[in-house]
Amino acid sequence: MLSRRSRAGARLMTTALGKLVRTTAFKLTLAYLTVFALFAIFLLGYFALNTKRLFTEQVTEVVDAEISGLVDHFNVGGIRRLTLVVEARSRRPGSSLYLVTTPGSEGLAGNVGSLPTGALDRQGWAETVYRRLEEGETSDPHRALVRVYHLPGGFRLLVGRDLDERDRLFQVVLDAGKWSAAVVIVLGLVGGFFVARRVLRRVDAMTETARTIMGGNLSGRLPVAGSGDELDRLAHNLNEMLDRIEALMGGLKEVTDNIAHDLKTPLTRLRNRAEEALRSSRSEQDYRAALEGTIEESDSLIRTFNALLMIARAESGQARDNMVDFDAAEAARAVGELYEPLAEEQGLTLEVDAPAAVPLRGNRELISQALANLVDNAIKYAAPAAQANGTPSCVTIAARAEGDRVLLSVGDRGPGIPEGDRGRAIGRFVRLEESRTIPGSGLGLSLVSAVARLHGGGLRLEDNAPGLKAVLEFPRGGPLPQAAIVPVQPGNGQGG
Amino acid sequence: MRLLIIEDDRDAADYLVRAFRETGHVADHAADGEEGLAMALDGDYDVLIVDRMLPKRDGLSVIGELRAKKVETPVLILSALGQVDDRVKGLRAGGDDYLPKPYSFSELLARVEVLARRRGGRNEETVYRVGDLELDRLSHRVTRGKDEVVLQPREFRLLEYLMKHAGQVVTRTMLLENVWDYHFDPQTNVIDVHISRLRSKIDKGFSQPLLHTIRGAGYMIRDGSRS
Repeated sequence: MLSRRSRAGARLMTTALGKLVRTTAFKLTLAYLTVFALFAIFLLGYFALNTKRLFTEQVTEVVDAEISGLVDHFNVGGIRRLTLVVEARSRRPGSSLYLVTTPGSEGLAGNVGSLPTGALDRQGWAETVYRRLEEGETSDPHRALVRVYHLPGGFRLLVGRDLDERDRLFQVVLDAGKWSAAVVIVLGLVGGFFVARRVLRRVDAMTETARTIMGGNLSGRLPVAGSGDELDRLAHNLNEMLDRIEALMGGLKEVTDNIAHDLKTPLTRLRNRAEEALRSSRSEQDYRAALEGTIEESDSLIRTFNALLMIARAESGQARDNMVDFDAAEAARAVGELYEPLAEEQGLTLEVDAPAAVPLRGNRELISQALANLVDNAIKYAAPAAQANGTPSCVTIAARAEGDRVLLSVGDRGPGIPEGDRGRAIGRFVRLEESRTIPGSGLGLSLVSAVARLHGGGLRLEDNAPGLKAVLEFPRGGPLPQAAIVPVQPGNGQGG
Repeated sequence: MRLLIIEDDRDAADYLVRAFRETGHVADHAADGEEGLAMALDGDYDVLIVDRMLPKRDGLSVIGELRAKKVETPVLILSALGQVDDRVKGLRAGGDDYLPKPYSFSELLARVEVLARRRGGRNEETVYRVGDLELDRLSHRVTRGKDEVVLQPREFRLLEYLMKHAGQVVTRTMLLENVWDYHFDPQTNVIDVHISRLRSKIDKGFSQPLLHTIRGAGYMIRDGSRS
């Protein structure tokens, strides 16, 4: 049981390690490490070779100089002077190697004890082994680079340098190379391990969050470390995408909720009416009246339903395919002309203030519908006041360009909306207390606002002093690619 | 008028067939796209009423196939997809009119009658006459009896459309679509006010009214003395 658990633990560790080794960061580390190690080996090799060459050159120079000096001494003072000088030099600490012999190879002076036989027979450079004079015959011989010079009279002069120094130096360089390579590799692996683990942790955290989000928790967001690196940027972008998705899902849910809530009320009414007709109607005329009422009720249901669908569609940005360039002033005049007889009938005057062409890119039908809704509202709310006063009041449709913005507005002289209620008035199904008596679905303004947002613009309600002024503001060139993507919950703002 | 209804919903189709028969027309029914296409190719129908979403063959593809075979029978598309772009798609596919579901039968009947009559064609006429009302499409002059009637441009187009379909019911939606080119539903009945204005210009002071309101359906211009 215990062993099985430890085996499982070991397997877990191996898989964890395997995962680590498979990470991109770790693989990158390995690649860098290999390149770096190769470079270090090349550098060290080059360094070692050059050191060796330099050392040999230096030895050659020194030995050549000494030989020519000693030869001068010999020429001046004969073998006697040479031996004295050699003896003196041999005793100096760190001295070169010296040997002066008779033609019969009998040592006269110097610090070299023994040499291989025949070593002195050939003039010139040679690498050889030797023992120092003070060392016994049993000790290990040293290696040396020597030059043999045959003096007049058969005397032989040998000057050289111990090569142990050079070999030691070479060894030091080699060791340094080995150690530093080992350290580089160990540090690199450890570093790679940690970098990979850090990256892996963040990626694991992201994967984990993504999994919970896929599980249905749309409010989850990927962790952002704040370092601004590529992982952060990725997380940031993914989070923005999630925001958008969440907003869309929220919008969808709201639409469904609204449909459920606000279509059920008229449906209940419809059902009650039919039921009542069955229960209490006596004559054919009663039935006819009940049926006509039913049709009327269902028509208004359909209208509400269509408006809801259109709002949802506008908010999801689907209608953005049908954008064309058109003259907003002309569209305003057309809407004005459609409503002018109605306004007159209601005791109002309707004016269109659109003197110049106002080019705009957008969905003409939807913008006309938005304007029509606003004019319809304005007439509905301003008419009772005008009829009560007996003086005609004016509804004004205006279209003008302001920089790269297009402003379409509908102003009336009705009761207006108190400032605190204006934001709320744009929300779906909101019908302010004062307007309960006026027919309507309560969707008019939220539809207008949805159309504005679809075009990357917004709807705001202003004081027309007196009355209400609804201003639609659009960017002239249509929505920017992502402008309409910015989710705005209905009713929480007027600027869209 | 002979009609073919291609609609997969049995209840809706039965209702339409019954309703058309009651109004004095002959209506056949096909329950899927293939059957509908075969019947439309064989039979001599005045108007086809095609649902968009059909089993076996999509409504738009039925229309496309008919048009490819040079069958020019007018088609009215019925569809639950009622948005502006759906409508554009339907008309581009070769449909002549588009009515989103749910619809009222009077609206459907009015549109079908207009489509059926269109084959005879009144388009070529330059002067429309209804009773003593005359509309000259070239000079834009309108006269009733000996008097000239002065109309605003939009009123002229409204009267032109009504007179083009003289003797036929024209619904408010049809007017909004064809005279104003709007496909949305203005919540208040603005059209009624336009009609009453037009009426005051052409009928006021004459004993014989020409512009009639058809209750529950729409309007019709006709020479009352003959009917």
